[in-house]
Amino acid sequence: MTDQFLFSLISGIFIGGAAGFLGSLMLTKRMALVGDALGHVALPGMGLALLLGLDISFGAFFFLLLGIFLIWLFEIKTSLPTEVLVGVVFVASLAIGFLIVPKLELLEALFGDISKVSFEMALISAVFSILIFLVVNRIYPKMILANISDDLAKSEGIKIKRQNFIYLLSIAAIVALGVKIVGSLLVGALVIIPAATARNLSKNLKEYSLGSIAIGILSCFCGGLIFKLTGFPAGPSIILTSTFFFLISLIFKK
Amino acid sequence: MEKGIILKVENLNVELEGEKILENLSFEVKKGEILTILGPNGAGKTVLLKNLLGVLPFKGKIEWKSGLKIGYVPQRLPFIKDIPMNVEEFFKLKGAPTNEIKKILNSIGLKEEILEKKIGDLSSGQFQRILVGWALTSSPQVLLFDEPTTGIDIGGQESIYELLEKLKKERDLTILLVTHDLSIVYKLATNCLCLNKKMLCYSIPKELTPERLSQLYGGQIKFYQHSHD
Repeated sequence: MTDQFLFSLISGIFIGGAAGFLGSLMLTKRMALVGDALGHVALPGMGLALLLGLDISFGAFFFLLLGIFLIWLFEIKTSLPTEVLVGVVFVASLAIGFLIVPKLELLEALFGDISKVSFEMALISAVFSILIFLVVNRIYPKMILANISDDLAKSEGIKIKRQNFIYLLSIAAIVALGVKIVGSLLVGALVIIPAATARNLSKNLKEYSLGSIAIGILSCFCGGLIFKLTGFPAGPSIILTSTFFFLISLIFKK
Repeated sequence: MEKGIILKVENLNVELEGEKILENLSFEVKKGEILTILGPNGAGKTVLLKNLLGVLPFKGKIEWKSGLKIGYVPQRLPFIKDIPMNVEEFFKLKGAPTNEIKKILNSIGLKEEILEKKIGDLSSGQFQRILVGWALTSSPQVLLFDEPTTGIDIGGQESIYELLEKLKKERDLTILLVTHDLSIVYKLATNCLCLNKKMLCYSIPKELTPERLSQLYGGQIKFYQHSHD
């Protein structure tokens, strides 16, 4: 095993675990959609970063913040459902991204490439993933309560908007890290599929949240190995692995 | 605030999305009362409870005695059954320690085994009790109870009010109760507020005459008052 592959695997494991944990809080339809769309919103930022010779996660994160801000702004301006606004921002980003990203790097931006992960990148991925995990762990019970009922959460003195904002920032951060591993088209799946799988298999919150983390880690690990052994692209290998776990979970659904 | 009074509402007006929901509501609640809030669907009963909780905007004045803790039992929680969560975890969301949870289970008449059960697998009666128990963690002095309109079997309905009566005595609670059920009003309430956007009456249950009720419900339904000694 080369050092380079080891770095890729470490990045994948940390990002996959944190993404799975974050995904377990996407309990509503609306949230799941946001997670999926944000990957696409990252694309123009990645393109810009490539043109300027910057790290693509950096560009992605910047554009994700911009995308979240725009959706928030549109929400104030109109009474259209958030899903519609997310949709608008999402396709516009995809179109702009397609124009900006240099043709040679387009596939990499869309589907990821783990063959260039350096030691520094692995270290940064691990540190940020742990930070995201800690932040999300802190807001977890409040977010669950807000998912159950706004009123109940408010009556307990929880500031829902604040918690949601922290949560969105965490998603933006994990998406920015994840685009390197599986690309902007597939990064949403990194967040959504492990939690969907764990939900089928768990009968309480502990099993559900730990299960989401475990399946996130396992998908990135197995997908990484498939890439190494067969030479299939890593991004699709990882996502198909997690989809495979999801299909299995349907058989054992509780 | 005068002695014994724990809640004062003055000229409460609520407008949501351009529609008047509550108009010029004024009343007071004394410590230890069971106030039932009665009215047809869409009368603004749930909105009133939410105003008292402080989760909806309003005009006017709602003043609670300072330092008071309020427990809230919502009408329904449609999303909770989708979440893989057991009863103990639901209580832990509120940060309740295990021994307090066990004490509460005891007083709401449920066994400890239920802690391991998934919320989605509870019967509607059990779930209702759990919601009451959840509201009671952190030991509130006031309980706001929004009656579920559907989903509770009649046996369950009867016993939840017996439970409320018992809890009131045990914990020295003041209870504000939204209900449709007139027999509850006669059996349990010390006071009754009839609401249909405006306050139509505020009285002790015995003064709740058929004339007042038909005024409240628009005269479409007949009511029979049982005799109570």
